[in-house]
This record gives sequence, structure tokens and C-alpha cells, in this order.
Amino acid sequence: MKHSSFFWFILPTATAMLLFIALPIVSVLIQSVHTPHDAVLIETENCGPFGCTTATTIDQEATRALRDEKPLGKFVGLEIYFDRGHLAITEVAETWRNAESIGGFFADLNNLPFYRAMAFTLTFTFTVTPLMLVFGLMIALGVNALHQRIKGVLIFFSLLPMIVSPLIGSLVLFWMIDSRGILGSALQWFFEDPDLSMKASTGLTWIMLIVYGVWHAAPFSFIVFYAGLQTLPQDTLESAQIDGASRWQQVRYVIIPHLMPLITFVALMQLMDNFRVFEPIVGFNSEAHAASLSWFIFNDLGGETRLLSSAATSSVLTIIGVSILLTPVLIRTWRDFNAKS
Amino acid sequence: MFLKKVALASAAILMSGSAMAACKIDGRVSIVGNEFPAIHAVADGAKACSGGEVKANLTADHQKINVAGMTGNPAEYTSAIIANSSIVALMNEDVIRPLDDLVAKHGKSLKPNQLIKINGEIMAVAFMANAQHLVYRADVLEKAGVEPPKTYEEMLAGAKVIRDKGLLQYPLGGAYKAGWNLAQEFTNMYIGHGGEFFKPGSAEVSINNAQGVATLEMLKALSEYMNPDFLTHDSNATSAEWKAGNVAMMNMWGSRMGPLKDPEQSTAEVVASTTLGAPMTVGGGSTPATTLWWDGWTVAKNTSDADAEATFLAMMNGINPDRLDDEMAPLAVWLIDGYEPTPAAVGVFAAANMNATPYPMLPYQGLLHTALGAEIVDFMQGKESAEKALADVEAAYTAAAREKGFLN
Repeated sequence: MKHSSFFWFILPTATAMLLFIALPIVSVLIQSVHTPHDAVLIETENCGPFGCTTATTIDQEATRALRDEKPLGKFVGLEIYFDRGHLAITEVAETWRNAESIGGFFADLNNLPFYRAMAFTLTFTFTVTPLMLVFGLMIALGVNALHQRIKGVLIFFSLLPMIVSPLIGSLVLFWMIDSRGILGSALQWFFEDPDLSMKASTGLTWIMLIVYGVWHAAPFSFIVFYAGLQTLPQDTLESAQIDGASRWQQVRYVIIPHLMPLITFVALMQLMDNFRVFEPIVGFNSEAHAASLSWFIFNDLGGETRLLSSAATSSVLTIIGVSILLTPVLIRTWRDFNAKS
Repeated sequence: MFLKKVALASAAILMSGSAMAACKIDGRVSIVGNEFPAIHAVADGAKACSGGEVKANLTADHQKINVAGMTGNPAEYTSAIIANSSIVALMNEDVIRPLDDLVAKHGKSLKPNQLIKINGEIMAVAFMANAQHLVYRADVLEKAGVEPPKTYEEMLAGAKVIRDKGLLQYPLGGAYKAGWNLAQEFTNMYIGHGGEFFKPGSAEVSINNAQGVATLEMLKALSEYMNPDFLTHDSNATSAEWKAGNVAMMNMWGSRMGPLKDPEQSTAEVVASTTLGAPMTVGGGSTPATTLWWDGWTVAKNTSDADAEATFLAMMNGINPDRLDDEMAPLAVWLIDGYEPTPAAVGVFAAANMNATPYPMLPYQGLLHTALGAEIVDFMQGKESAEKALADVEAAYTAAAREKGFLN
């Protein structure tokens, strides 16, 4: 392709990417290193239905003057990144000095919101991703082996968890595991513990979120793998059968290598998605036990007093986190690509 | 039925030529506010005006959109319905206008205590009051031989008796959901203990003290008598537990009393024995462990004077005393002229008579509320000490207040 035609060909895509991906990221980066100006506070008398009180309010005129002078706010560099709500450098250093053992250090680290969220997010990502790959492959192999007539119906039913919107799906499960719900009561009966509450236990909440995550995401890998299975070279499979390969050996040495590019693709997508876990946390009301960076952003933006710089910082940290997670997979793909060409 | 109402309404208008008929506006009105029956009633009144377009977006997520929707020029929302906590965000961002001139021109019928004055200027018009107070099941308490509690200590003792007698396993209820609700319960209890949230005249927090510890310990003690899922129960879920007959005593919002006494939503037994009480005190204090709230409306700053006037007139019609009929009156404790307290209003009136503290209207109170809701959860789960939890709250608040420029 000539350079000029390549340029015109790529121009719309490049423009869209610049406008909708690059610019917002730059904007978020800029916002994360600025905070609002120092508020000019004044003492005022406030009156209402319950009488008058002296209270503090913001002097709007003085604050507006500051704002007009520097509309972006106060430049603070990486201060927000290092504060207690995010990387908490000072607190971590102090914890390290005071900790008596490595275990104690990690237990204390868990008291800081960012590290607590990381502990959950990484556990969630690295259990849900492999499990959903395995389940997706198993369902795909199972459905593929079925008779043509019932395949359609089964594919539809297998896809249902993905069709249900995540918030609704998690809410349904949330009410079922209530201590007065069907699953919650069943577990109380099973363990003979009437005080057992899944919602009150951090461990059980994590398990519940992971089970939900796998339930919701497995159909995605299923449908991709099922599509991949339709392109499986039958002659290779038949020759393996003639050589006396067992069902397991066929899967291990013929099917999985054939599906490998798809497995990489699904793993990539899911690592990204699971790192940004959000809807189940809202649906399960689990912020007391498990939160994620995405939930922090939501919380900063939805509070009575919005914390915009904090939300911007959490967004940048999410981008950095996703990049770190994806690096090994990307390097591998790059190597494979180079090896082929 | 509907025709009859229409006929009655038109008759009333014809006879009196009242303010309702006079509601003619000339401009655009767009309302954003919380979603509950009393607010719907006010918005419906505003919509009854003719001459201009009146829209209302009532949603539980109103706080997430009102500032953004009023920041642009012209503002999307010409009026936000808010409470004494949420007006702070609008004041901080300077998106609402002083109403003194409009009140002078069109607001003669407002009572002085409806006018919310900040720094000498009228910034909002309040139309209803709210507070949390005791509700109890008279039948269960009678069976247990327990008097309706006047203090939280009596509530605890009563809960123990009810449980020991095998009447109810979890006799207490409460909106203790992690986040805003739990922080609200802390605020109530801390005020009841006589605590001060900030060092006088500054944004520096000071809750890690004896009152703070006592507050947390009382909350924990109460939670031992609640459904083990209490950290996920908001006012809705707690009301549902009440309607199911699982709870005998709780501290609940006055605005939630209507549904609890509604025969269609619960069994006859529960509805008949649901009794409203005054807010309780704690730790031998005389200030009730609750906060007073008002709901009111504001007018956007970034809107034309014509639209602002139209908005003011429409909202005035929303709280027109003539609209206070049998249907609207029980929905809230109205601050509107001519309102006669209904049985659902006893608790809120008791709170006001006991000189309960209004929820603080400080620019940084919301940040402390958020920090409380997130950081005292570990203590409630028994994972850390009260002092540690309070130190965490202070640290989380300080980080947020520094970011917003309230602290250096």
C-alpha cells in the first residue's frame, strides 16, 4: 500500500482513537495532579426551621477569584497518588517500621483502602480468569459433542448468564444468599449454624463474588471456544484417533493447541474485565468486604462531596494496573507474531 | 372516583379563585430531586402550572447529577430539591441563587421558619421536616414485660429480655448498611453522647475521643441484637424486616412511618401494634441521639431571571397550602402553613420538642460522613479496636479534606 493511501485509510480510525481514547487519558492525567484551590472559609449565621446557628461556609467570591486566576486548580504533583486513599506511601513506610513480622505487615497493609482493594481485585482476577477459561472450554466441548437438534436450545441456555445484566444477576443472587433467602437458609441448615451469614463474612463474600464472576463470564469463553471448535481440522483429529489417542489426549494435544490464539484473546479480555470488577460489588453491597479501584471511582464521584482529583488518580492507577497485567500476555503474543513472520 | 376529584377540584377553584388557578408561569422549569412520595407530591404541584414547560427528574441518585446538571450555563435543572446535608454540595459549587427578591415578590405566604438563610441570604425554601426516632411493637414489648425505651441502654436491656424469652431472635433493627446509613447512625449516637465533630472554628476533625469510643461500642452492642446481615441493610431492607414481623424496636426515619402503618404492606398484627415513640438519649445525656432534617427547594444560579421566577412560582404551587389534602398531608411532616400533624408525625415532633440537633451544614461534613461510612465497618465486624477505627476515620477524612482544600 502506498504511504498516502495508507494515511487516508487510517485517518478516521486514528482521529477517533485520538479523540475518544488518548485525549480523555491526557485529561484524566492532568486532573489527577491538580486539586481544588484552598477553600476560603468564613463564619456565618445560618437560619432554618430549627433556629439559627453559627456555622462555617465557603466564601464564594474569594474562592471564585482564585478559580478564575487558575481554572485548573492547584498543582500538587503526585500528592494525591501518595495520599492515604491511594498508594499511602507514608502509612506503608510506618507500617513497615512498626511491623513485627511479614505477616503482620500484610495484615496492617489491609487496613489501607488501596491495598485492601488490590488484595481482592487480584484474587478475583486470578481465580475467575482461569476458572472461566476451563468452564468455558468444558461447556464448549460438551455442547459440541451433542446431537445437532438440541444444540441450539442448549447454546441459548448456556448464554443466559451473559445476557442477564450484571447488576440484575448479582442482585438476584444477593437476595438468594440473604440469611432469610433460599441459599442462605439452606446453608444455615446444612452447617447447623442459625447465625451463619454469608453477607457478614469477608471470606464467604469473596467466594460468592468469585462464583458469580465465573457464572457470568463462562458463557463468553464458551461461545468463543465453540466458534473455534467449528474450524477444528477433522483430519488431524481423525489421525490422532487412529493413533489411539484418548479423549483427553485429543483435547490436550489437538484441540487446545488449535484454540490457543482464542484462549489468549479471551484471557486478555477477561484479565482486563476482571481487574475492573464493579457491578457485582454494587449488586452484592459488598463494599464492606471487597472493593475495587472502579468502585472507588464510583464512590468518589457519587459522594455528597465529590472528590474529582481522587477519582482521576484512581482512574490512572487502573490504567497502570491493567497495563501491568497485560504486559506478559502482550509480550508473548508479540514473540509468537515475530516467530511466525 | 377520578371524575369526582376533578369535579371537586374545579369547584374549589371556581369558588375561591385560589392560588392554584393563578399558577401561570412564563418560562422553563426543570426539577431534580430525591424519589419518595412527599417529593412526588411537591413536583406534581409544580407540574400543575400552565404557561410553560415543567419537567421533573426524581431519582434516588439525584445527588450524583444535581451539581453537574446545574453547573452549565444555562443550567439543565432550574431547581434542585435537597436536604440540609445535600445543600452543602450546591453551596460549595456556587450553583444556587439567593432568593430574597423572589421571596419578597411572590413568597408572602411562606412562614419565616421555612426560609433557609445562609450568611443572611435566603438560599432555599424548606417544606418538610424529618428525623429518626423510636418505633416499637407494642404487643411484643407487652409480652416481654418491657417498657418502651427512653434511652439506648434501656433498648439494649429490653432486647435482651425479648431474646431470652424466645420471642424474637433479632429483636432490634436499624439502617446500618456500610456507607451513608452507618455513618448516619454514628452521627446520631455521637451527638447523643455530646461529641463535637471538629475542633471549634476549623476543618480539623476530632472524633477519636471518649465519646467516639462510647458511640462505637453502643453501635456494636446494638448490632449484636440485629439480623447478622445488618451491614447490608438500608432503610428499605430494615423496613422490610419490620413489615415481616421480625423486629420489635428500631430507630427509623419519620418519613418511613406511613408505609409501616399501611395495612396493605404488612400483616394486621404488625400494623396494629407498630407504635411511634420519641428519639432516645444515650449515656445519660439529655440531647436525643438523632438529627433534625429539612427538605426544601432551591433555584439555579445559572439560569435566566425569567426562568428563575417561573421556577419559583411553580415550586410555590408545589407547596401551596391548598394542596394539603387527606392524601398529601400524611406523606410527611410538612412545614407548610395550615398543616395539622397526623399520627405518622408524632416521632418527628417529639424530636423537635426535645431540641434535637439539626444535621450539621458544614462544607466538609459530607467528607467526614463518607469517611465514617467506610472506616468504622472493620470495627463493626470485630476486626479492629474502636480507637484504631476512629484513627482510620480521621486519617481518611484528613486526606480527603486536604484534597478539597479545606485543610493544608
